[in-house]
Amino acid sequence: MNELALAIPWLGKRNPAAARGVVILLAFAAPLIAMLFGKTWVRILDFAMLYVMLAIGLNLVVGFAGLLDLGYIAFYAVGAYTFAFLASPHFELHLPFWLVLPLGAGCAALAGIILGLPTLRLRGDYLAIVTLGFGEIVRIFLNNLNQPINITNGPQGINMIDPLVLLGWDVSKPLKIGEEITVNSLFQYYYIFLAFVVLSVVLVQRLQVSRVGRAWAAIRDDELAAKAIGINTRNMKLLAFSLGATFGGVSGGLFAAFQGFVSPESFSLMESIAVLTMIVFGGMGNLAGVIVGALALTALPEVLRYVAIPVQQALFDKVILDPEVLRMLLLSLAMIFMMLLRPAGLIPAYSRYSRPELVVGKEVGK
Amino acid sequence: METLLQQTVNGLVVGSVYALVALGYTMVYGILGLINFAHGDVLMVGALVALEAIRLLQVHAPELGLVPTLLAGLSVSVLVCMVLGYTIERTAYRRLRNAPRLAPLITAIGVSFLLQTIAMIIWGRNYHTFPQLVSTTPLEPVAGVFITPVQIAILVVSALLMVALMLLVNKTRLGRAMRATAENHKVASLMGVDTNKIIAATFIIGSALAAVAGVMFSSNYGIAHYAMGFMPGLKAFTAAVLGGIGNLGGAMLGGLVLGLVESIGAGYIEDMSFGFLNSSYQDIFAFMILGIVLIFRPTGLLGERVADRA
Repeated sequence: MNELALAIPWLGKRNPAAARGVVILLAFAAPLIAMLFGKTWVRILDFAMLYVMLAIGLNLVVGFAGLLDLGYIAFYAVGAYTFAFLASPHFELHLPFWLVLPLGAGCAALAGIILGLPTLRLRGDYLAIVTLGFGEIVRIFLNNLNQPINITNGPQGINMIDPLVLLGWDVSKPLKIGEEITVNSLFQYYYIFLAFVVLSVVLVQRLQVSRVGRAWAAIRDDELAAKAIGINTRNMKLLAFSLGATFGGVSGGLFAAFQGFVSPESFSLMESIAVLTMIVFGGMGNLAGVIVGALALTALPEVLRYVAIPVQQALFDKVILDPEVLRMLLLSLAMIFMMLLRPAGLIPAYSRYSRPELVVGKEVGK
Repeated sequence: METLLQQTVNGLVVGSVYALVALGYTMVYGILGLINFAHGDVLMVGALVALEAIRLLQVHAPELGLVPTLLAGLSVSVLVCMVLGYTIERTAYRRLRNAPRLAPLITAIGVSFLLQTIAMIIWGRNYHTFPQLVSTTPLEPVAGVFITPVQIAILVVSALLMVALMLLVNKTRLGRAMRATAENHKVASLMGVDTNKIIAATFIIGSALAAVAGVMFSSNYGIAHYAMGFMPGLKAFTAAVLGGIGNLGGAMLGGLVLGLVESIGAGYIEDMSFGFLNSSYQDIFAFMILGIVLIFRPTGLLGERVADRA
């Protein structure tokens, strides 16, 4: 719980209880606040929650175990496509959500093990390139496996994916409470995603302080020493990899159900890099930082979209930098300047279990 | 048989472009132990700057012949890329030289995407047709194999550049300093080598080679695009690893082998997989080779150094 308070550092250090309360309140009120600016913002918030889950999963791999994975989005893709295969008209399968989601997570974990088994003995920078290659291979297959047998439907992607249905409660339809109040599906999705995020946070936090988490930290800080004190580094790294992949898979399944549509375009290298930037920006190895980073870097491009376009139009009478360009610019600059100026991220990890400065930078705690 | 010969020629041409780019990766890796992720994007900048220069020349100095125009465009792009390479090293990598391994790698990825974004802002998202100043119509077939003048030019120029680089590294003062720095920074600087200068020089040379490779790539395929650097960059890195990273001869060999495997593989993949896969899977070969080499022989074909697994 301490990490929760850390999300607001200036208050968290003086009055952890108050900070914790503020965070919890914010988490619950967020969609209501977003609604003041319009429905689109609630939708963005929903996506932000998915990115938070991705960031938590990638942080497990990069921040805790120190393995740089540049193809993380491939696991997201595996989760999303598993969901799409098993719950859409594409193969005429409509399995229930509580079966499909774990299956997707399992497939992603399996993909993680398949990728990890041969590659995890590689040194950090080689591992980065191999995972990047893996991400690209997955995307190439998704793009081209529509012939001779149509499996993925190629670049068009898969449509009309079933929404989440929990015990007869269809999340994609407005929920009526009594006579007056109806809850929009975007809100319902938000709270479901929030539940998943909370579950992930609790899980990951317990993991971090467990024997496994300490083993990861040891491997990250000095692999040789970790081996010498009897840690089975291969298994531990594999565990980090497949657990991280599982989070990606769950998040991908939720994404497929929420969006109702998947296509290879959503799983480009840019997305892997975006998630990596989120954790670099927020603070590698620190849950609160990672979550703040994911929220900030999902929201910021959208804010820019609504601010920068009218400003440009007023100044130059035309749009020079479109939103997608702005997003890329923001992400790449965030990555470079964070590494150069504040390598431990926005909210550096300071607990005794995570010392990312040993992985990412040396000037921490100045 | 004719397919095989034809694909061999194509493979050698593509492979020599990869080899030029791979030299840039391997030199930087040899000296800094850093994967310069932005190297492929320097290639892209080289191609697009050359395109811009050639367009300007064609408008303002149309009396200039085809080849002089190309050479002028090439020189401009080489100069721009040298400056770019130096800037990248100076701003993004130098400060992180003693930081843990992952830090410069992450900045390198950032620089790569930054370059792509800037190129996207300047040149837009569309594919540009690259003026084909050296003819791409095939010559008379020899033994059933078609080869175009631009392909011959690519082979000749890259061979010349590689020889020149080998001479530079092995015979000159600068080359000796580079080898010394690669061996051991501290000792090299104790012996009076200005290692900062040598590292900058390495980046500058590598970027110049990438610019030439970019112009070749675009001349051969007739297109230029803001994201065109990614795939050749990744493949060139694969070539560098295949040859044994840090080893110049290895990078050249790796580039050629990769080019051959890729184009011969693309020619036969349909038969090999019984029609299930087609040539759109061509890019997978590079990744598969990368994976296989890293797993079974991380030192590469010519690498001598013992793999460091820390």
